[in-house]
Amino acid sequence: MIVELGAFALILALALSVLSLALTTAGRLRLSPVLAGAGGGAMLASAGAILLAFGALIYAFVVSDFSVSNVAMNSHTDKPVFYKVAAAWGSHEGSLLLWCLVMTVFGGALALARGLPFGLKTSAVAVQAALSSLFLAFAAFTSNPFFRLDPAPVQGASLNPLLQDPALAVHPPLLYGGYVGFSVCFSLAVAALIEKRVDPAWGRWVRPWALASWALLTVGIALGSFWAYYELGWGGWWFWDPVENASFMPWLAGAALLHSAIVTERRGALAGWTVFLAILAFTFSMLGAFLVRSGVLTSVHAFAVDPQRGMMLLAILGLAAGAAFILFALRAPAIRSGAAFAPVSREGTLVLNNLFLTAAAATVLLGTLYPLILEGVTGATISVGPPYFNAVFNPLMIVACLILPAGPLLAWKRGDLKGALQRLWLAAALAITAAFAAFLLFEPKKALAAAGLGVGAWLICGALAELGVRTKAFRAPLAETLRRAKGLPLGAWGMALAHAGVGVFILGALVETSFKAEAAAALPLGGEVAAGPWKARLDAVQVIEGPNYLAEQGRLTIMPVDGRAPERVITAERRFFPAGGQTTTEVGLDFRGLDDVYVVVGDRAATDAGERAWIVRVYYNPWARLIFLGPALMALGGLISLLDRRLRVGAGSRAKKAAKPVEPVEAQA
Amino acid sequence: MRRAAALCAALLLASAAAPALAEPPPAPDRPLTDPAQEARARALFGDIRCVVCQHESIADSPAGIAADLRGLVREQIAAGKTDAQIKDDLIRRYGDYVLFQPPVRLGTWLLWFGPFALAAGAGVVLVLRARRRGTAEAAPLTAEEERALAELTADDENA
Repeated sequence: MIVELGAFALILALALSVLSLALTTAGRLRLSPVLAGAGGGAMLASAGAILLAFGALIYAFVVSDFSVSNVAMNSHTDKPVFYKVAAAWGSHEGSLLLWCLVMTVFGGALALARGLPFGLKTSAVAVQAALSSLFLAFAAFTSNPFFRLDPAPVQGASLNPLLQDPALAVHPPLLYGGYVGFSVCFSLAVAALIEKRVDPAWGRWVRPWALASWALLTVGIALGSFWAYYELGWGGWWFWDPVENASFMPWLAGAALLHSAIVTERRGALAGWTVFLAILAFTFSMLGAFLVRSGVLTSVHAFAVDPQRGMMLLAILGLAAGAAFILFALRAPAIRSGAAFAPVSREGTLVLNNLFLTAAAATVLLGTLYPLILEGVTGATISVGPPYFNAVFNPLMIVACLILPAGPLLAWKRGDLKGALQRLWLAAALAITAAFAAFLLFEPKKALAAAGLGVGAWLICGALAELGVRTKAFRAPLAETLRRAKGLPLGAWGMALAHAGVGVFILGALVETSFKAEAAAALPLGGEVAAGPWKARLDAVQVIEGPNYLAEQGRLTIMPVDGRAPERVITAERRFFPAGGQTTTEVGLDFRGLDDVYVVVGDRAATDAGERAWIVRVYYNPWARLIFLGPALMALGGLISLLDRRLRVGAGSRAKKAAKPVEPVEAQA
Repeated sequence: MRRAAALCAALLLASAAAPALAEPPPAPDRPLTDPAQEARARALFGDIRCVVCQHESIADSPAGIAADLRGLVREQIAAGKTDAQIKDDLIRRYGDYVLFQPPVRLGTWLLWFGPFALAAGAGVVLVLRARRRGTAEAAPLTAEEERALAELTADDENA
């Protein structure tokens, strides 16, 4: 009964979403606040209906109602309740429902937002309603999760055990918050084109959405990467896999968007470009959904795929993005681009940042789609993997990172490059010292990696230098510095933190990839294998029983080769899930400061002497902690910026208006 | 090739998530005794695609053919072949698909040089626009612009 209610709620949500589209469109055309308000209400009701549907699906999973096809295919009675709930968004159908939920909730939030001008708001809600109608129709007619089975199976097929993991259970909601959050930027951009008005106030509306979506996407991607790192058992954390690329493209476009929106908000410039990026970011989100769900790409973590659904998703993508870009092409020439600025200025560096981020996004797009296109056109098959991205993506990003610290130190409109560089000399000196120190201290000696470490240090020192300049650290008395630090807007702290986070990530990524060590051996009990400065001894292996799996658990002692650090005991498992007949590895991780000692216990084997043994692989991953700390800092920086009073919708503009009745710069745009 | 096809079928039969179960576990790798040669081998593994897997290198893949290829690469390194020779040999057997680094030829120019061309082209456009703006901006500031400037500098002080 509850499942039927869910199915009904899904259809109801679609109807309400279409109703919202009709009401807001009519409200906009007739300039009727009543109709527009009713349209916003329909959007909220649609969000409520999907929430009901989603609740019904979770209920079906929790009670293991195997008469529901989706539950039968993705759940099992033995599964812990946490993973029963998480399985609700573990399949194509369920995750699409989550996508629609986020989309309508954000649409409802947009309808409730105060302070937006009537035209912009009504058009934006209409666009958001159109998007959610498309996706809800797709969900209801091709991917309905409430489909019944008759007869119902006695037991379910269970969720892929690789996905039964805490990080991956919360990864989709965060990722979708980011992906679909960009839909609001998309709607605001299309609405601005419809209203033929892109001004600093518009930049102010878009920025918090871009920032929030980007921060959520950052955490989502980092969690997915962390999951791949400890669950797949290969010791790697990023494979330039098409599905990873699919999430990385909106991230890069979103990063460009939130920087270009700053210029539009503060200076009224780059308005057309910001609109373009807002459309592009969500287009990349939709492209990602298509790539992951259509089966056109082979990937380790693609969804169960169906070409027919893929075609429908492609049609939705073509319709939504096509309409938006055509509208952009028609209206963009009329957008006035605001105040002029000199090449050396904060706008100038932000334009360069956008240039390189966009070129980097184009690299990921090309690298992901090129094999498909080439095969379609010429029949030749190629693979695009890490060597390509190292050669093309990395140089572009390194140039962007070299420019980055100068940006915040330059003034708007016309900056003083010499002055900025003078304020950065200490950061530059520290970065170069760090590069030389890295070259001397790390073995084997790698000049390129050392130079890259210098870039990471440059970003961190540059972020600190910026804070130092703004608080007059070491130049004014401590009390003055503290007073200034207290008065510094949260946005400045957030920016410095996020930029330092990029540097921290670069340090971790470079040291890990350049100086990791690995070893594998068939170990009998008591056997040892060494990787880098650590060795592992296999002490015991026992069979243990989990809630829905059997595992062979190895107990290992991790100790330093030189005996200069304490020993530690860790466990690593190989789990067998009888429900689906699958095996997974549960990596043993020993955190040693910033480093990881990463141990995988594999198949049974025999030593040369015929003794019983297990294949044990040990990875020494230096500074791996920073790879995940960096994105955490970036997301935290985004969150802190989001709390800045100036970004809070409504509050900032009112305060500013009270202080300065005339705003010539903004009026000009 | 027939061996690869058989493996491929075995992998497809098993669930995609557990390719390791589809076949008996491969014999553990025997690293080369010379550490420099072993390091070269490991660097190469990361660039070679496991031809029956989904976007995995032979360094990461648990599939049997990946183990075979690792053995092959080690043999050839021990036999004194250069990295380029080994890669060419692999391309002869499996095609360009086997390397994660796509070839640079007419059909892939867009892939290799497109992003740089995009950045350079956009850079040129920006420089040209800045020049045009630069001459326009030489005109003295209007009263309104003066006021805007004053406000901006005040903003920077506060910010």
